[in-house]
Amino acid sequence: MDFLRPASWEEALAAKAAHPAAVPIAGGTDVMVEINFDHRRPEHLMDLNRIGELGEWEVGEESVRLGAAVPYTAIMEHLRGELPGLALASHTVASPQIRNRGGVGGNLGTASPAGDAHPALLAAGAEVEAGSVRGSRLIPIDAFYTGVKRNALAADELIRAVHIRKADGPQQYSKVGTRNAMVIAVCAFGLALHPASRTVRTGIGSAAPTPVRARTAEEFLNAALDEGGFWDNGRSITPSVAQRFAELCSAACNPVDDVRGTAGYRRHAVGVLARRTLAWTWESYRGTAAAEGGV
Amino acid sequence: MRVSLTVNGRAREADDVWEGESLLYVLRERLGLPGSKNACEQGECGSCTVRLDDVPVCSCLVAAGQAEGREVVTVEGLAALAGRRAARGAPDGPDGPDGPDGQGGQGGQGGPGGPPGEGATRLSPVQQAFVDAGAVQCGFCTPGLLVAADEMLERNPAPTDADIREALSGNLCRCTGYEKIMDAVRLAAARQGEAVRPCP
Ligand SMILES: Cc1cc2nc3c(=O)[nH]c(=O)nc-3n(C[C@H](O)[C@H](O)[C@H](O)COP(=O)(O)OP(=O)(O)OC[C@H]3O[C@@H](n4cnc5c(N)ncnc54)[C@H](O)[C@@H]3O)c2cc1C
Ligand code: FES
Ligand code: FES
Repeated sequence: MDFLRPASWEEALAAKAAHPAAVPIAGGTDVMVEINFDHRRPEHLMDLNRIGELGEWEVGEESVRLGAAVPYTAIMEHLRGELPGLALASHTVASPQIRNRGGVGGNLGTASPAGDAHPALLAAGAEVEAGSVRGSRLIPIDAFYTGVKRNALAADELIRAVHIRKADGPQQYSKVGTRNAMVIAVCAFGLALHPASRTVRTGIGSAAPTPVRARTAEEFLNAALDEGGFWDNGRSITPSVAQRFAELCSAACNPVDDVRGTAGYRRHAVGVLARRTLAWTWESYRGTAAAEGGV
Repeated sequence: MRVSLTVNGRAREADDVWEGESLLYVLRERLGLPGSKNACEQGECGSCTVRLDDVPVCSCLVAAGQAEGREVVTVEGLAALAGRRAARGAPDGPDGPDGPDGQGGQGGQGGPGGPPGEGATRLSPVQQAFVDAGAVQCGFCTPGLLVAADEMLERNPAPTDADIREALSGNLCRCTGYEKIMDAVRLAAARQGEAVRPCP
């Protein structure tokens, strides 16, 4: 095995082009488990820790450009206002030690259906900035997950940053597991209200081969909120609308039975999480809208 | 490959390191610092917790080469770290040992340095609190808990029970049921508070 230690982004791209099978390692919280247990013996391991910019973020007008290796701890501490859904999701990852090392770039690299960043990114709206010696491109988050633990990156590409839309309304993230810390999701649900565009976006984790949005549920809810004038009148969402939304979120799942839970349980639980996160975010929206004299 | 790093304040070098090796393996097997424990090698238990450039991490999940040029503090260096904080007037109280960094653990490992340094027989306030509260049974989890608890108390001198639970949520213990560990950290926090308060 060779240990590559690029000192800059350009060096990293050159190394990845020369050795497309090289395995990048950022926090190492996925990669090292595989190496320790002999599940992976790459010829080249490529350390990304020396590339300072990958650990930095920039808050722009519309979005946050989050360096691929910014650890979860920093997201929780510094970006709670701009990225509330992702900050909540980050807090549910593993333990302080893991959150001090692991980050969104690694979560996207692994692309596990159980990765906690994914539902939050899907709900907020995001683009993955991928680079190679050939150039760079922005991959919409909806097109990033291509299969179980597969993503849209080409062999010579690396993730440089993730551009995540700044919250313009309340966001929530909720996860079902057997305990609070150190738990891989049985299923998870992210929801973001976007009052500026009068839309709601969702993200479902651990309940399909890839992280997915519940698109039919979103369309139903967007239409129902619009028809009832809810964004303007700030009324509570009626139980029947919430119920239908939950059913459609359950229907968006394509889960498996495994040691963590059955498919039936996952479908049911996603519906419960959908209803709860909708209630939490909507009540919070009504509160702020009322405080601003909007309703 | 060769890995050069600072461990408990001392520059160290490890040779013939395999590229896929963990920092934990380097510390235990190449640098003679067996305080950090190897229990799960998959980030689940926290018994390998060390500080990497001040930040608590699972050393089993850090590739050895990623530690090149960086600073590591292990349980063997906690007494010296507490001493340094005390010297700076940070909350640790006047009793904190102040031997040079790393003398404790490394001297105590029977390294080439002769008799154990003074630090080897002295404990940091958190370590003493674990002893006094009876928070150690088999002791396998203890080094990781100590490093994690010490770091939390440095950041947050007056933690609530919820803060303690959160800070230690990545450390598993099979023996104690955690209550004595909670007692120990509360005790360390209380003593730290007393040591700071009576200077009007
Ligand atoms: C005990 C434990 C508990 C865990 N609990 C959770 C949990 O609750 N929720 C959760 O979501 N995850 C969990 N994980 C998994 C892991 O912590 C996350 O997936 C984390 O986000 C990985 O980030 P990392 O920087 O450590 O990735 P690494 O291990 O460094 O890399 C992960 C993958 O991404 C690739 N990669 C990394 N950076 C880049 C880049 N810039 N460009 C291209 N590819 C890249 C790597 O080659 C590798 O394939 C847990 C892991 C452990 C050990
Ligand atoms: S040995 Fe590293 S976390 Fe268990
Ligand atoms: S004292 Fe035995 S594992 Fe904690």
